[in-house]
Amino acid sequence: MADSCMIDIRGLDSYYGDRQVLFNIRFGIPRNQITVIMGMSGCGKTTLLRHLIGLKRSPPGQLIVDEEDLGTFDEVKMNGFRRRIGVMFQSGALFNSMTVGENIAVPLKVHTRLSKSTIRIIATIKLHQVGLSEFIDYMPSQLSGGMQKRAGLARSLAMDPEILFVDEPSSGLDPITAAGLDNLILELKDTFGMTIIVVTHELESAFHIADQMIVLDEGRLLSAGAPQDIQASRDVRVVQFLKRQADQKQEDNEAYVKRLVGDRSKRMQ
Amino acid sequence: MLHHIRLIGAIALDGVGSLGRMGIYFSHMLRGIIRPPGKFWPVVKQVEFVGAKSVFVIGFTALTTGMVLALQGHYTLSKFGSESLLGAAVALSLIRELGPVLTGLMVTGRAGSAMCAEIGIMRIDEQIDALECMAIDPHAYLIAPKLIAALIALPLLTAYCDVVGIFGGYLVGVGLFGINPGVYMDSVQRSVEWQDVYMGIVKSLSFAILMIWICTYKGYYTGVDEGNFGPEQVSHATTKAVVLSSICILLCDYVVTSIMT
Amino acid sequence: MERKGLELSVGLFLLLGLACLAYLSFNLGKVELLGSSYYDVYANFSTIGTLRIRAPVTMAGVEIGKVKDVQLVNDEAHVTLEIHKEVSLSEDVIASVKTSGIIGEKYVSISPGASEEFIEPGGTIRDTQPPLDVENLLGKFVFGDMEKSGDIE
Repeated sequence: MADSCMIDIRGLDSYYGDRQVLFNIRFGIPRNQITVIMGMSGCGKTTLLRHLIGLKRSPPGQLIVDEEDLGTFDEVKMNGFRRRIGVMFQSGALFNSMTVGENIAVPLKVHTRLSKSTIRIIATIKLHQVGLSEFIDYMPSQLSGGMQKRAGLARSLAMDPEILFVDEPSSGLDPITAAGLDNLILELKDTFGMTIIVVTHELESAFHIADQMIVLDEGRLLSAGAPQDIQASRDVRVVQFLKRQADQKQEDNEAYVKRLVGDRSKRMQ
Repeated sequence: MLHHIRLIGAIALDGVGSLGRMGIYFSHMLRGIIRPPGKFWPVVKQVEFVGAKSVFVIGFTALTTGMVLALQGHYTLSKFGSESLLGAAVALSLIRELGPVLTGLMVTGRAGSAMCAEIGIMRIDEQIDALECMAIDPHAYLIAPKLIAALIALPLLTAYCDVVGIFGGYLVGVGLFGINPGVYMDSVQRSVEWQDVYMGIVKSLSFAILMIWICTYKGYYTGVDEGNFGPEQVSHATTKAVVLSSICILLCDYVVTSIMT
Repeated sequence: MERKGLELSVGLFLLLGLACLAYLSFNLGKVELLGSSYYDVYANFSTIGTLRIRAPVTMAGVEIGKVKDVQLVNDEAHVTLEIHKEVSLSEDVIASVKTSGIIGEKYVSISPGASEEFIEPGGTIRDTQPPLDVENLLGKFVFGDMEKSGDIE
C-alpha cells in the first residue's frame, strides 16, 4: 500500500491555539486516483486540506508527500512542492482586477519565460478543458458562480500539476452544474492520470467520483476505503453518519417544498 | 480583580505580539522588493493609482491651504509690521510641514484605504491563499509594487502641493492684500533653504513607508485574528488602517521635525 | 489601448512632480548641481557679536556670498566666507561685521581695496573689523556722562 501512496498522513494532529481540531488522522492517498475527504461542516476537513497544501504548518513526521516530509520543508522546498500542485478554492478565488485569461496567465508569467502569445494559447487550452474558452477575455464578475469555479479550476491546471486539490466543488451550485463539474474531475483523472483530492460534504457527489473515500467526523477519522465498502459498512457510527447526511438532505428538501407552497394543513383551516 | 489584571496582561501581550507580527511583515515587504516577479508594470500601475489620480485632490487641498495660510499669515504679520515676510511664512510652513503632512493624510485617506480594502477582500476570498499555493509570494507580487510606487509618488505629490500652495498664497497676498509680487516672491526665494526642501522630502518618504506598511498590513491580516472572514472584517480593517496610519504620520512628523531642526 | 492611457497619465504625473521638485530644489533651495559657483575665503575676527551662519556677505551693499562656517581658533572667531566666483577680492580688502539697522541682524560687509593682487580661493582676508558693540556704547553714553558731571545724588 505504502509505495503507491502519493501522500501519506501519519497520525496528524492539528490545533487552532489550544483547541485541537484533528485527532491522529492516519491514511494514505493513492496515486492517479480520486480521493474524497468527506464530512459535515466543522469536522476539520478544511483544516486537513490546508495541511495538505502547505498553508498550515504540519509537525515533522506526520505528513509525507512523495516520500518527503512536508513538516520539515523550508520555504524553497515548499515552493518547489507548490509548483507541482494545483488548488481550486471554493469560490474559484479569481483575481477581480484581471480577465479570466490573465488570471490563468499569472502562474505562467511568474514561473516561466514563455512569450505572451504562447501563454495565451495555453490559457485558451486550459479554458477549453473546462468548457470556458469563449470567456477568456471576460472579467470574473461577469461570470456565474459555476463558471467562476471552472475558471478557477483552469487556473489550477495552468502549470500541469501532478496533484490537484479541489475544495467543495459543488457548494453553491445547482445539481446539474455540480454534476457537470464532477464529470470534469473524472475526465481529468482519466485523461491525465492526475492524483486528485476532493473535499466535500455532498454525499452524492462523493460517491459519484470517489475511488477512495475518507470520512471525517469531529476531527476524527470515521472510516476510510472504497465507496462501496463504506456504503456497505456495518460500523454503527458510519451507518449513523450516512443516515444523518441522507436525513439532512431529506429534511432540507421537505422544508424547501414547504416554504414554497405553504403549510397545507394551516391553509385548509 | 485578578481577572482584570490578567486581561490587561493579555492585551499587552497581544499588543506586543501584533507589533512583532507587523515587524516581520515589514521585513517580508522589503524582501518582496528584491524578489521576482518583475515589478515594472505593476509599479507603473500603482504610481497611476497613488499619484496621478491624487493630483486633483492634492491640488485643491494645496490651493486652499496656501490661500488660508496667506490670510492668517497676513493678519499675524501685520501686527508686527512685517507683511513683506508673507511669502516666507507661506512657503516655509508648506515646505516644512503642511505640504508633506496634508499630502500624506489625503493620500492615506484615498489610496491607503482603497489598498486596505482591496487586499482585505482578496484575503476573505482566498485569493491570497491562491497566490501562495501557486508558489507566488504575495508580498512580492501584491505589496512591494505599492511600496515602490508610494516612495516615488508621495515626494512628487508633496512638491506639487508645495508649489500650488505657494501660488495660492500669492493669489491672496498679491491679489487680495496688494503685496508687491516681487516682494512676495523675493521673500519666498530668500527664506527657503535646501534644508527645508530636504526635510519635506524625508518626511514624505517616511509617510509613504508608514502608509503602505500599515494599510496593507491591516488588509493582509483581515479576519485572521477574529477567525471570521467576512465583509464586516474588511470594513473594520480599513477604518483601523486609516486611523492608525494618520496617527503614525502625525507622530512621525513631530519626530522628523525635531531631529532635523 | 489601455496601456497608452496608463503610460500617458503616469508620464504626465512624473513630469509635473519632477518639475515642482526641481523648482523647489534649485530655484528656492539653491542646490548646486554642476560644481560650486562659489569659493571659500577666511577671515579672523576678535569677536563677531551675533553674526550667524548663512548671514549675507556684501560689498557696496550688493550680496556677494554667505557666511559658511564659524569656528573658535586661537581665541579668535575663524569665519569661512563663501564668495561668488565672479567676485574677486583684492588683497587689502577689509571685512567688517555690521548690523543692518540699529538692532537688526548682523552681516559681513567687505569694503573694496586697491591692490592689484587678489585673494585666492582658500586665502585669508587680512584686515577685519569686529562689530560695533552697541550695548557698550550705550552704557558709556549713559554712565560716561554721569562720571563727568560728578557724583550721583
